[in-house]
Amino acid sequence: MKKDEVKLMKGNEVIAHAAIRYGCDAYFGYPITPQSEVMETLMELKPWESTGMVVLQAESEVASINMVYGAAATGKRVMTSSSSPGISLMSEGLSYLAGAELPCLIVNCQRGGPGLGTIQPSQGDYFQACKGGGHGDFHLIVLAPSSVQEMNDFVADAFDLAFKYRNPAMILADGAIGQMMEKVVLAPQRDRKTNEYIAEECKSWAACGRGEERRPRNVVTSLELQSEAMEVINKRLQAKYKAMEENEVRYEMIDCDDAEYVIVAFGSSARICSATVELARAEGIKLGLLRPITLYPFPKKPIEELAERGVKGFLSVELNAGQMVEDVRLAVNGRTKVEHYGRQGGMMYSPGEVLEALKEKIINK
Amino acid sequence: MLNNEEDKTMKETLIIAGFGGQGVLSMGKILAYSGVMQDYEVTWMPSYGPEMRGGTANVTVVISDRKISSPIAHQYDTAIILNQQSMDKFEQMIRPGGTLIYDTNGITRHPVRDDISVYTIDATVECVKLGNAKLFNTLVLGGYLKVCPVVTLENVFEGLKRSLPERAWKMLPQNEEAIRHGAEIICKVR
Repeated sequence: MKKDEVKLMKGNEVIAHAAIRYGCDAYFGYPITPQSEVMETLMELKPWESTGMVVLQAESEVASINMVYGAAATGKRVMTSSSSPGISLMSEGLSYLAGAELPCLIVNCQRGGPGLGTIQPSQGDYFQACKGGGHGDFHLIVLAPSSVQEMNDFVADAFDLAFKYRNPAMILADGAIGQMMEKVVLAPQRDRKTNEYIAEECKSWAACGRGEERRPRNVVTSLELQSEAMEVINKRLQAKYKAMEENEVRYEMIDCDDAEYVIVAFGSSARICSATVELARAEGIKLGLLRPITLYPFPKKPIEELAERGVKGFLSVELNAGQMVEDVRLAVNGRTKVEHYGRQGGMMYSPGEVLEALKEKIINK
Repeated sequence: MLNNEEDKTMKETLIIAGFGGQGVLSMGKILAYSGVMQDYEVTWMPSYGPEMRGGTANVTVVISDRKISSPIAHQYDTAIILNQQSMDKFEQMIRPGGTLIYDTNGITRHPVRDDISVYTIDATVECVKLGNAKLFNTLVLGGYLKVCPVVTLENVFEGLKRSLPERAWKMLPQNEEAIRHGAEIICKVR
């Protein structure tokens, strides 16, 4: 890291910078704590004057996500951001985006719920993000950053994956990652894709004009009233999700090689648990950490392999009442014990509290 | 500041707490940027919750030579306290052996703990004397750095510059002077 390139920024500010630098075409959003700095930063940077990126404050989250739908249908790189209650408002749109196979980026800087809940950090939207977040059989691609640097990196990754699979992608952050300032090196500025490029890249599906050869009209819709035809679409979507599960799983393992016990944690929670691993190792407890980076597709296989290898117990540590633990249990599939430890309401645990929970729920049980 | 003699690691977990407008958040930012200049890892976590709506502001800054696990702390090495509400809330959250620095202005209930080091810095009065209320937070920062020299003065000046927009750079000399002066006016209570 060169000192001059290192900036000190909030996670939310970094999302804005990274979107402009990726060559994002448009942002539509509505303010909500703790993610408001995303749009505030975009408004301050005025990318419409530099790259030509559109930034628009919509009248609501419902309007934002439908603007994303409209713009994504033209093959443009578009995004929105919100926090938990706002994402709930968007969930109909998410289902339509997935149904119409439109690529886009959604950032959820989670706060505690249910309802309006609190504005403090939480990971209570794991189910919502990973198990649909709207009606119908669909999945979002879900990336969970655990540092401000990853808020930068994952913007490009999420857009790339969204276009690779023509599927909405979500960055699932939380109030701690969004609000904290940390060292970051921003990505270099890329050019926005030209209309000609998009017409070529997306001509098979996007509403980007019929071109000189007068291509057949593309219709962007999630509606199909013929059951036989709808099932074909459903199967195609499922095949796509299967391909994601095979090719796009990302995770980080810390000290898992000789681990007798493994903590599974993502996002800000994984940071805290990395310190728990150090505390445990200092006491002679062979503890490892598996950090899912993609929450969907979930890193099922490495967990399965650890269980197969004889890990004595898994603790899923989450800022919620126990959500990811269900996926850990499915992966472990009864081979050994899996427990959950969490805090809620915007409260966070310390590395020591996690270690105590590990002893109580796994080691001494 | 926790200097572990055995493995030579350094970690400082600091809370700065006061009223909105006192420069609490920007003081934390200057310090965090100074840490960046010294090649340390840093996190800066503001209060953005209900307390902010009540007019008080606080920021937790962690500076370390190793990866920082959590930007949120339950216990602090040092607390810089700039109003009574913050004194009531944070005095008990300093670790035994830690440090409390406070401005006596507006404080009606002084700290009572005897297992921590206590310092006062009358920066409110001093910046009035200097004729510039905006120097309040850099005076306090100077006092803090005298007691806890986590970063070199050279890096603090660089951090100060980087944390300010270019239009404010004309204020740099006065603020650098305030940081030096803050080191002179901090007093040890116990």
